[in-house]
Amino acid sequence: MPDSPIAVEHHNPELRHHFADMEQQREASSLGMWLFLATEVMFFGGMFCAYLIYRYWYFPDFAAASKSLDITLGTVNTAVLICSSLTVVLAVRAAQLGKRHEQVVYLALTLVLGLAFLGIKGIEWTSKFREHHIPGASFHFEGAVPGHPDHPIDQQHAQIFFSLYFAMTGMHALHMVIGVGIFSYLLYHAWKGRYTPEYHTPLENSGLYWHFVDIIWIYLFPLLYLIDRKK
Amino acid sequence: MKPEPRGSGRRAGDDYSVGRETAGTEGAIAMATAAITAERENYLNQEYGIKSWLLTVDHKRIALLYLLSITFFFFIGGFFALLIRLELLTPAGDLVQADTYNKLFTMHGQVMIFFFLIPSIPAVLGNFLVPLMIGARDLAFPRINLLSWYLYIIAGIMMLHCMLTGGVDTGWTFYTPFSTAFSNTKVIEAGLAIFVSGFSSILTGLNFVVTIHRMRAPGMTWNRLPLFIWAHYATSIIQLLGTPVIAVTLVLVVLERAFHLGIFDPTRGGDPILFQHLFWFYSHPAVYIMILPSMGVVTEIVPCFTRKRIFGYKFVAMSSIGIAVLGFLVWAHHMFVAGISLYAALIFSMLSYLVAVPSAIKVFNWTATMYKGSITFATPMLYAFGFIGLFLMGGLTGLFLAALGIDVHVTDTYFVVAHFHYIMVGGAVMGYLGGMHFWWPKISGRMYPEALGKLAALLVFVGFNLTFFPQFILGYLGMPRRYWQYPPEFQVLNVLSTAGSTVLAVGYVLPMLYFLWSMRYGKIAPANPWGAAGLEWTTTSPPPTFNFDHTPVVDWEAYDYENIPAPEEARVAG
Repeated sequence: MPDSPIAVEHHNPELRHHFADMEQQREASSLGMWLFLATEVMFFGGMFCAYLIYRYWYFPDFAAASKSLDITLGTVNTAVLICSSLTVVLAVRAAQLGKRHEQVVYLALTLVLGLAFLGIKGIEWTSKFREHHIPGASFHFEGAVPGHPDHPIDQQHAQIFFSLYFAMTGMHALHMVIGVGIFSYLLYHAWKGRYTPEYHTPLENSGLYWHFVDIIWIYLFPLLYLIDRKK
Repeated sequence: MKPEPRGSGRRAGDDYSVGRETAGTEGAIAMATAAITAERENYLNQEYGIKSWLLTVDHKRIALLYLLSITFFFFIGGFFALLIRLELLTPAGDLVQADTYNKLFTMHGQVMIFFFLIPSIPAVLGNFLVPLMIGARDLAFPRINLLSWYLYIIAGIMMLHCMLTGGVDTGWTFYTPFSTAFSNTKVIEAGLAIFVSGFSSILTGLNFVVTIHRMRAPGMTWNRLPLFIWAHYATSIIQLLGTPVIAVTLVLVVLERAFHLGIFDPTRGGDPILFQHLFWFYSHPAVYIMILPSMGVVTEIVPCFTRKRIFGYKFVAMSSIGIAVLGFLVWAHHMFVAGISLYAALIFSMLSYLVAVPSAIKVFNWTATMYKGSITFATPMLYAFGFIGLFLMGGLTGLFLAALGIDVHVTDTYFVVAHFHYIMVGGAVMGYLGGMHFWWPKISGRMYPEALGKLAALLVFVGFNLTFFPQFILGYLGMPRRYWQYPPEFQVLNVLSTAGSTVLAVGYVLPMLYFLWSMRYGKIAPANPWGAAGLEWTTTSPPPTFNFDHTPVVDWEAYDYENIPAPEEARVAG
């Protein structure tokens, strides 16, 4: 890339040619990331909107279907994700303080926790598959409305719950997979010592992304798992 | 926002005044400047070879890549349109079969909307001009800009593949449950193509918002921004907040078709109306993605060719934002007969009327700008006039459609077809062509032949009205849209419409031919052939790769035509 005609004093190698200084570059990247997250909110918003409408219409069926989800695995996964958000913050902090070793450790921990989440999610999906809770021709859901044992639930409406469950957790998991890819890239470059107190924008922005994916789960967990857990 | 001085600011100010004097001096000096300009290194001749284009991160080169690609898709969409008009020449369904006809209007809509109109002005003119107008060296994220073009190309290839292997027949609206349960055409492929093109659109919008916030030259305050920038800012907000919603909607349609989810399936407790809500939540604001940049173009052209400051700068700027915000609140006016509640319909009707307020502010302000101005009827100005007239017609018939009673009468008739073509073709495409003529000297460094330009503008205006005005009458008389045959009493108006479409086609092909011609044989363009205000005219034509030799420092207000000499008559009339 040809350099600019204006010589910039003490040129940081990470400074792109079209920015005046590191500060402008950092602010631009950060704003770009926040805007991207706004688009993500709208993306998930469409599904949350569909969820709210059907939950309002088919509440008893949603409650029964929700009870069939494994609350232990769901809770563990929530804890795993919250911990991973903490390790991301610690990795960014380590970069700000210029501690390369800690940076690498926290990034690796984040990766491990992210993969653990996906593994647990996989176990949950597999059991749903075995129970024929996957929407489609072989869908089958037995059960009664919570608190009304003689009132069987509507198969079709339970199917809508599981359609939303798989669409939403599936889309969330896809974001996790992308996150794992990003953090593998970051881990490699952190290992090489690329992120310094002067330049660690990729770390910060990827952290924002990771927190966002975390927050989506914080909403998904109660909405999908905890609709009506009363005995 | 704190614009700090960058580079040697003072000298940049001097450059601007030099540029201004050049615009007004004798022909000889202008020619000498032009000669120097021609030899100068610029973004076109700095590098050669296919790699220097396909791997470029220069916003100006990416704009040209987009120009080529959207022109390609424009002619594909136009080809479908001509086939539709040919079929409707006679009342009987004789040229194509009903199934084929369904595919023709579907793919005409999908190609024109997602592959031409949405990217048209932002990705071509916006890409080229946003950094130039605010005095930046490039967009904030040049590589993401290139990525957005590649995503567009991938989406385009998917769409082409879909067309060549059978096409899709759902209408561009993908309405469920037809698209999810009944259509046996390539819905999944078309849906995914549009999903990917949506990413491209989001990335362009994101790049613009960040660039406008963070990359403005020192002194380029928000109230000094060209109104083209304000229009693009508003457009980008819609792209950012609207596009993800149609993305997720299409994903759900694809999942429903592929894996039998039941979210939109009424036989399983799902709700097809929910699909319509989600679809129009994006697709109504999408109309403003098409029209707002066009309004931005007209707002640049009108002051230049009337030699006056724009009337009511702040109102025009805020009306762009107002349209973007209100545009998000009116989507259900597409669904008045779909079974939504009467109270919801009343509120959406009222909100739809409200959008007319900022739109009217713009029309009044353009007109007020012309009042007592010294108007030159150059080609871009002809397009601007055309835009104002056609947009007015499209906008006012939009009010008819926002009225609940009339809407019930004309829903899904040719009245609706005529209305949105007045906005999207009469409005958006007129603005696009006007902008292409206005900035062509800057983009290519050459002048186009003015006489041919005027002829094309006239052909487009006449051809457009001949094509679409009869459709208002057809629709009012009750001819429904999306049918390949019709009762014989509608034939006269349909023949007029088909005749008009051929004139329109000539009007669209002509500029493409003389633009290509001018790249080799056109007169060398000076830096500022129109005597226009704006930073993009202070640099050479075509601009150097980094746009400005020195970062400009802005200490003047936008559109200060009192202080800019008009170019000699000869050059504009020429």
